[in-house]
Amino acid sequence: MNMNRRFFITLTGAAAVAWESLRAGSPESAPNYSVADHWWAMLIDVDKCIGCGNCVRACSVENNVPEGFFRTWIERYQVDDENMTEPIVDSPHGGINGFPPRASGLGLAGPGVKEFFVPKMCNHCIDSPCTQVCPVGATFTTPDGVTLVDEKYCLGCRYCVQACPYGCRFIHPEKQVAQKCTLCYHRITKGLTTACCEACPTGSRQLADLKNPKDPIHEFMKTHSVQVLKPQMATGAKAFYAHLDGAVR
Amino acid sequence: MAGVFLVGVTIFLCFRAWFVPKSFGKYGHYRADSMTEMAALPIVHAGHETCEACHSDVLDVKKTGKHAGVNCEACHGPQAKHADDPGSGKPVLPDTSVLCARCHEANAAKPKWFPAVNTSEHSMGLPCNTCHKPHNPKIGDDAAAKGENK
Repeated sequence: MNMNRRFFITLTGAAAVAWESLRAGSPESAPNYSVADHWWAMLIDVDKCIGCGNCVRACSVENNVPEGFFRTWIERYQVDDENMTEPIVDSPHGGINGFPPRASGLGLAGPGVKEFFVPKMCNHCIDSPCTQVCPVGATFTTPDGVTLVDEKYCLGCRYCVQACPYGCRFIHPEKQVAQKCTLCYHRITKGLTTACCEACPTGSRQLADLKNPKDPIHEFMKTHSVQVLKPQMATGAKAFYAHLDGAVR
Repeated sequence: MAGVFLVGVTIFLCFRAWFVPKSFGKYGHYRADSMTEMAALPIVHAGHETCEACHSDVLDVKKTGKHAGVNCEACHGPQAKHADDPGSGKPVLPDTSVLCARCHEANAAKPKWFPAVNTSEHSMGLPCNTCHKPHNPKIGDDAAAKGENK
């Protein structure tokens, strides 16, 4: 066989492609779930949140979240008409035990003062700052729109914890890897809703599939004013808030 | 020269095959198998459809009342173990004086439309289910009466 340089390079390239193809094998079988058919988001109606803490407890149990850390939490806002740019915000233990009356000195509700609860969680951004800074590809956005962390790859370098503008990540105290809301990936891929949505008594949280034309979110977004947190960050956040007060940050 | 290059490429491919996981790069710059691993984690909350498949009598009581939209595990806690093996143990009934107050205790931050009371004044220390049937809490509701204490 007459092997010149052109033939050799062509042969090497073809061999490399064939080798990769052999190694990749066939796509994993997922008869009931196709990542291409979904694009997950969360709809949060602030006007329905009663601060009961059910979502925080359910998330904690469902995902075995270490004590003192939260993948979702509730914040209580107190906004004074005379000082709307500096609301008082508290979240005792993430709201896991509900919200007792405010401690004295933090201000009490009265005329010209409004209070409300705001559930917080990972926004599963389309252009996630956290995935962009990961040096090893341990955090990523799945084809169905969920931002996840590969615990086997995570170095625990904390870049993503610093990069998240919403403060949604933490380092697991024992595993020393980054953790965050997975949008209950183990549930939604089986046709269930997330644990927080399942436990929410008022329907304040609703899992939404933006690729499903029958999902009620499409009608809701047509008829309601819906916002995202920190829109100026251009993260493509997919936690959509209804009835969000302008003081929320 | 070509032989050296071929050997180099072969060594590179061998090392790459050894160090790079099989599924890395399938969807992007990450290990696609981690999605499968995450999807395989155990479920703790069974989901209301699972509860309702067996407890349809409770659903009948609940669906006409104010708590129709409240899922079972919102009050009863995670019940996947019970759903997997109902004979293994009966779930503990929640204490209504604690459970109901979680949602219905008055708080200035709660939305105005939500029914909330000062529980210590409202019930005088009695458990809420003394008067209200948790699955259909309106007092005097026929459906709740049929459900006895449900």
